[in-house]
Amino acid sequence: MTVKIRKLLVQVDETRIEMGQQVQPATRKAVAMAVIENPFAGRYVENLDPLIAIGEELGELLGHKCVQALGIEPSQAQSYGKAAIVGEMGELEHAAAILHPKLGAPLRKAVEKGAALVPSSKKRGGLGTAIDVPLGHKDAAFVRSHFDAVEARVSDAPRPNEIVVAVAITDSGRPLPRIGGLQVHEIKGEDGLR
Amino acid sequence: MIEIRRTFTHVEDIHHEFGPVADVPLKRGYIGVVLTNPFAGRYEPDILPMMEALNEVGVSMAHQLLDAMAIPAERIESYGKGAIVGGAGELEHGALWHVPGGYAMRELLGWKGSRQAYAKGQAEVKTGQPGNGLSIVSSTKKVGPPSATLDIPLTHINASYVRSHFDAIEGRVPGAPRADELVYFLAMAAGPRVHARVGGLKAADISLWDGQR
Repeated sequence: MTVKIRKLLVQVDETRIEMGQQVQPATRKAVAMAVIENPFAGRYVENLDPLIAIGEELGELLGHKCVQALGIEPSQAQSYGKAAIVGEMGELEHAAAILHPKLGAPLRKAVEKGAALVPSSKKRGGLGTAIDVPLGHKDAAFVRSHFDAVEARVSDAPRPNEIVVAVAITDSGRPLPRIGGLQVHEIKGEDGLR
Repeated sequence: MIEIRRTFTHVEDIHHEFGPVADVPLKRGYIGVVLTNPFAGRYEPDILPMMEALNEVGVSMAHQLLDAMAIPAERIESYGKGAIVGGAGELEHGALWHVPGGYAMRELLGWKGSRQAYAKGQAEVKTGQPGNGLSIVSSTKKVGPPSATLDIPLTHINASYVRSHFDAIEGRVPGAPRADELVYFLAMAAGPRVHARVGGLKAADISLWDGQR
């Protein structure tokens, strides 16, 4: 099954000044969203393999869209996250099928490495529902400066039979990180955690 | 006077809206720029210097939006603008955006008119098709809280009455404006509504080149 996309949206959020302090370089977060048809809306289907395949397709598409929008090399990506909003005729498990089994591999390819878990969130929602996509460093989940989130929202989606799938990639951490913890320069990048 | 805190670009490709899938998806986009409101928390009678200072902001935003949309300026068919003023400001601070926002996009799209006349609100006599970006850049504005949405109207760049291009795009910058901030928006689209079919003046039938028909 090929994914049926109604809309594709890409946003870039660039912060230059936070609380009067210059942020240099500016922090930049990209979110790419696809509004897709939920092939299983309104009925219980045991086997969710088609949605797993859709997840794989979207991992590549949305990952590339983010990297492209940031105008960076894949290796320059620093943190990532993913999320889905299921329209009211779908079930949370549909979001899980898209997000968890196969979306990660092509997304990691889009950012070159990606030893760390891709943090995620999911919910059921209606038109204009916002979801906070968690962000974590792509190679070491414990990097404290990169714990963050970015909002994903589509004003006219999801319709009841749709799913909004979002992938977020940044080339930076929070604007003014200063609460300690594991630093980027201390990353070993082997176990995905530190 | 001008302090840019954040920029936010949004680009979308609409493949269909439950009708036939478009051969070329409709591309629409907006940019929101978050500025410090230098007049927050007080009544300032003379705010016009900021209007002048915003010209540069407008030009750079228009270019940044077009870059994000990744299409040539010739493909832009409709535009709009807007402003959300944070709670410690007044609506009039949003109105500062009318001239610099409109001027920036119209020039980018090939407008050949006089910026001075435009700033003064004077009309110009036109014959034939004098460039592009002839029509008024329609707008909305409001005072709002962080993450407020603004429906930014879109109309055809050369004739306001082209019915297929009447549209709007929801602008929103998560977390902005804070009370002492302003968010100014520019929006552009590369075509009519994806399933436009309610008749009226067509873009191909523009003949007066007066910005309206």
